[in-house]
Amino acid sequence: MKADVIVIGAGIVGACCAYSCARAGLDVVVVDRGPVAGGTTGAGEGNILVSDKEPGPELDLALLSRAAWAALGEEIGGPCELDPKGGLVVAARQQTLDHLVAFAEAQRASGVIAEAVAADDLRDHEPHMARDLAGGVYYPQDMQVQPMLAAAHLLDAARRRYGARILTGTEVLGVERGADGSITGVRTPAGVMSAPHIINAAGTWGGEIAALAGVHVPILPRRGFILVTEPLPPLIRHKVYAADYVANVASDSAGLETSAVVEGTHSGTVLIGASRERVGFDRTLDWAVVQRLAAQAIEIFPVLAEVSLLRTYGGFRPYCPDHLPVIGPDPRAPGLLHACGHEGAGIGLAAATGDLIAQSILGTPASIDLAPFAPQRFESVHV
Amino acid sequence: MSDVDFTFEGAPMCADAGQTIAAALMGHGVMSWRTTRFAGRPRGILCGIGVCYDCLITVNDEPNVRACVTRIEPGDDVRRQDGVGR
Repeated sequence: MKADVIVIGAGIVGACCAYSCARAGLDVVVVDRGPVAGGTTGAGEGNILVSDKEPGPELDLALLSRAAWAALGEEIGGPCELDPKGGLVVAARQQTLDHLVAFAEAQRASGVIAEAVAADDLRDHEPHMARDLAGGVYYPQDMQVQPMLAAAHLLDAARRRYGARILTGTEVLGVERGADGSITGVRTPAGVMSAPHIINAAGTWGGEIAALAGVHVPILPRRGFILVTEPLPPLIRHKVYAADYVANVASDSAGLETSAVVEGTHSGTVLIGASRERVGFDRTLDWAVVQRLAAQAIEIFPVLAEVSLLRTYGGFRPYCPDHLPVIGPDPRAPGLLHACGHEGAGIGLAAATGDLIAQSILGTPASIDLAPFAPQRFESVHV
Repeated sequence: MSDVDFTFEGAPMCADAGQTIAAALMGHGVMSWRTTRFAGRPRGILCGIGVCYDCLITVNDEPNVRACVTRIEPGDDVRRQDGVGR
């Protein structure tokens, strides 16, 4: 089998890469050892957030990706449940609110729309919100998408409109390189597939794919659980989260961190995230995490105390030591491009990542400077 | 086995002690007691082991009770549930 591009990973990042490349006229094959959205993506909540990013390269990428998602929403249509619902970040205490307001002020300089919301006005945005919060900031650019549906529909559109081939249940066993070191293809149980470009979109397992190609990319798992309530009548309008979520995401602590991220879905269930802990690839459900998340959600929405949980789900957010994703060509293995390590922001950052990867392969100017995301940036760590 | 008196949609019914609500209703020939929240389609028992949440029912004004894993109790006021039940 021959192609222009082999995408490793049928999650949201792989789907966006495949869609952008196929739409640009490239012959694309997507391989995944599991099903569509069966790894990192399926454990995600569907955040497309600018609100939680501090000014810098990730925020610039998030703003670019928000626009790219809006465009994808036009192209793919309704089935992805793309919802420009806006985000509302709330603080329980005045000190936290002061930090949040200063954070929002800094974000505005980068192009984020952020509107301070006084304590008395919070219930105009969210009628069921607790009355004892100090205040918040409303971010109208935040969006939500159903990540599994989005990955599936993007791959389907790439296949039907642009001829991409999707091979699930096909594990990459090796990466083939030519005498000059450049990539020539991948080896699978079905044989060798040849392509001059392969895209590492393996999410949490991106480091393993990099290793198969003979390069080091430090991607580690950070476990996160999400709670799912029984279906409810429309109750929560926006993506609502506690201001300390931002501090938790940026934290380097290995211990358990939880901060409520609460949102309704089209099906009526309410999703409650987000926990973060570094425990390797251990999937065991921790009841203490469930209790903490539920308690924190109830602090924001007391009405949830009367609601039953149906289930929890969880998985691993792929993070790099500097909390930035790895996007772009790898000069150590010409023909290899990485699109992984997006941590908990992979759904949101996927759309721009796909466009940037396609631009890189086509040799067209990049929409954003890829240097902060360069795959070889960790080399100096190994002295 | 002692009998348990309860009502379904206000009508008196009787079950064996220890039966689930689902078993009690099915013993009276009631196979469906909920409608889905979007299409209004009928639902009753599917998995029967508490996993699928298809058999939800309203008991003593509490919605979304799983009929398959909840025991019928004397005096229970069991009601059909439409949609989310709230």
